[in-house]
Amino acid sequence: MYSQETKLAQIGNRSETATGAVNPPIYFSTAYRHEGIGQSTGFDYIRTGNPTRKILERAIADLEGGDQGFACSSGMAAILVVLSLFKTGDEMIVSKDLYGGTYRLFTEHENKWGVHFKYVDTHNLAEVEAAISENTKAVFVETPTNPLMEVTDIAAVAEITKKHDLLLIVDNTFYTPVLQQPILLGADIVIHSATKYLSGHNDVLSGLVVAKGEELCQQIGYYHNASGAVLSPFDSWLVIRGMKTLALRMKQHEANAKAIAEFLEGADGITDVLYPGHGGMLSFRVADESWVNPLLQSLKLISFAESLGGVESLMTYPATQTHAEIPEEIRSARGVCNRLLRFSVGIESAEDLIQDLTQALVAVREGVKA
Amino acid sequence: MTKYEQDTLLIHNGFKYDAGTGAVSVPIYNSSTFHQVDVDSFGKYDYSRSGNPTRDVLEETIALLEGGVKGFAFASGMAAISTAFLLLSQGDHVVITEDVYGGTFRVVTEVLTRYGISHTFVDMTDIAQVEAAIQPNTKVIYMETPSNPLLKITDIRAICEIAKRAGALTFVDNTFLTPLSQKPLELGADVVLHSATKFLAGHSDVMAGLAVVKDEELAKRLYFLQNAFGAILSPQDSWLVLRGLKTLHVRLQHSVAAAEKIAEYLQTHPKVKRVYYPGLADHPGRDIQFAQATDGGAVLSFELENEEALRQFLAHVKLPVFAVSLGAVESILSYPAKMSHAAMGQEEREKRGISASLLRLSAGLENPNDLIRDIDQALAAVETSAVSL
Repeated sequence: MYSQETKLAQIGNRSETATGAVNPPIYFSTAYRHEGIGQSTGFDYIRTGNPTRKILERAIADLEGGDQGFACSSGMAAILVVLSLFKTGDEMIVSKDLYGGTYRLFTEHENKWGVHFKYVDTHNLAEVEAAISENTKAVFVETPTNPLMEVTDIAAVAEITKKHDLLLIVDNTFYTPVLQQPILLGADIVIHSATKYLSGHNDVLSGLVVAKGEELCQQIGYYHNASGAVLSPFDSWLVIRGMKTLALRMKQHEANAKAIAEFLEGADGITDVLYPGHGGMLSFRVADESWVNPLLQSLKLISFAESLGGVESLMTYPATQTHAEIPEEIRSARGVCNRLLRFSVGIESAEDLIQDLTQALVAVREGVKA
Repeated sequence: MTKYEQDTLLIHNGFKYDAGTGAVSVPIYNSSTFHQVDVDSFGKYDYSRSGNPTRDVLEETIALLEGGVKGFAFASGMAAISTAFLLLSQGDHVVITEDVYGGTFRVVTEVLTRYGISHTFVDMTDIAQVEAAIQPNTKVIYMETPSNPLLKITDIRAICEIAKRAGALTFVDNTFLTPLSQKPLELGADVVLHSATKFLAGHSDVMAGLAVVKDEELAKRLYFLQNAFGAILSPQDSWLVLRGLKTLHVRLQHSVAAAEKIAEYLQTHPKVKRVYYPGLADHPGRDIQFAQATDGGAVLSFELENEEALRQFLAHVKLPVFAVSLGAVESILSYPAKMSHAAMGQEEREKRGISASLLRLSAGLENPNDLIRDIDQALAAVETSAVSL
């Protein structure tokens, strides 16, 4: 049994035996020849299965400690595949602080198909348990949450879901299996926007699902193939390529984020720093809403852009970007106020990043004075 | 421009973002030709061999990292090396390190000789030998340090001084260390060469070569050759190398630390005859290495008792890939006698100390403890009878 680092570096190696290629080939073939009736190599049609995608799917299942992995064309496509498990009348309990795209999808699902979503603070176990009704089928947890970095005790929630025979679904995008393996803590399904840390280079859109249990895997596999939002061979290969450096990148992201959280804690004009202690994501609030735009415009190294988890540092304004889908009243009540900025700390030199923040904060303060 | 550290430069190269769309990742310009608006003066780009926007970003990035004036991207390391050698003319002479990479050996001995360019092989670690090999027509001194596969260290500064006195150019193959550890141009060299297939790209999935020069005049001459011969790097591959570069510093940090740990482990193992690694305390080139580079690199070689022991070891080793090449995410174990230095011939190999029981290990990104455990079980499987033969 190898460590996560070793597993990551070795993804795809030894998968190809005809030529011995260390790096797995990209199979663009959409169709696969059959030797005869009823005879298949295991690959028939690209939507159902593709050798390049399979390597990625096996790798993520192995890293997460699940039975099977499913590669999807985006993180949202991955969530949609999982939503296919539920029917009209079913209820799901969801982390209140949630990615805006997931919220939008859930709302659409509720309005059109009558699947109900109850939003609670999933780090408050009593609140989770109190929300359960006879129609509840699953608990959906983001931890740490986006963008408030609230941490839910996965193992404790798993005890509740097991007791009530519910599925526990965890979005593990922020921590990745290098830092957190929800299935080993009792979850049934793990979801990833692999666009983020897993691929890690801000250059490929992708989603992954991992499930534990034969029946559950079969059901998800059915919808994955039937709805067809699968990941292309080239993009599968790019995600694999990104994952080879995942452990190293996470180490650097975390070291940088720790240094920056410490810097921000002591910086003038920063009122709160939200950092859960691990990973490369943090959020902070500036003293005044009017500071936000000048701050973003003064940054020279850090890019003002949506998304996260890449090697380049990106700063996001949740109010108008990731969480624009949530009405302002609800959004602000949850803490995603107009003074909040989210920072995906890249793997640049921490000193350079701190220097950039320092000069931007100085520029903002001078602008305010003038 | 704000002066950033190397690791930041790797991620935020001259590109920064695409002006039109704001895209953070460099677009791949597969276009082979470019619209022109003026009959008399063409735009920056006309034909992709002469210049390509994706390739440009890579060329600017490597020039920035090596501290040169211009970078050049080629289809392979050998294309970079061969094109650089074509700066020479008939009647010129090259002084070259004797344990040079087998592919470079092949070009110098079998191709350049046909163009009337002669050479002398020297032990580049012996300054007196280098001085003695200089002829009135010597135009290039070619170094590889650490050398392949014996990891001998050449004093780049000292050799560059000799070359300057002789009016010769100095070429340094910097593949093994990369500019994060060693910057030959700052030590006095004129041309830096890379097989970017190795650490720079780093994922065993793209073949590429790079050259960087120190002055404008040389840049013009090499650009002429790059365009004239056309062994350039494709836009797709340029993009892949750029993608690889973004994690170069974290990959090297890990692999160098792993190589140090493995070298120390091998040194204490009774079935290992000798370990070659410039990071080891007793390596003869250690002082020079640490005066011109930041570490000992991620490649080491080691010798077993004999070929039979080597065969038994290879039959049992599971984790590193047994293959040609180096500088990858996967650890690669190579057999120089039959791989990188097969082009050299047995006699030449033995003269240089590249024995039939020598293995080269390029440390990858696996956990070093997993690698050591694997090497340990493979060494345990080597029968004592094989060792004492």
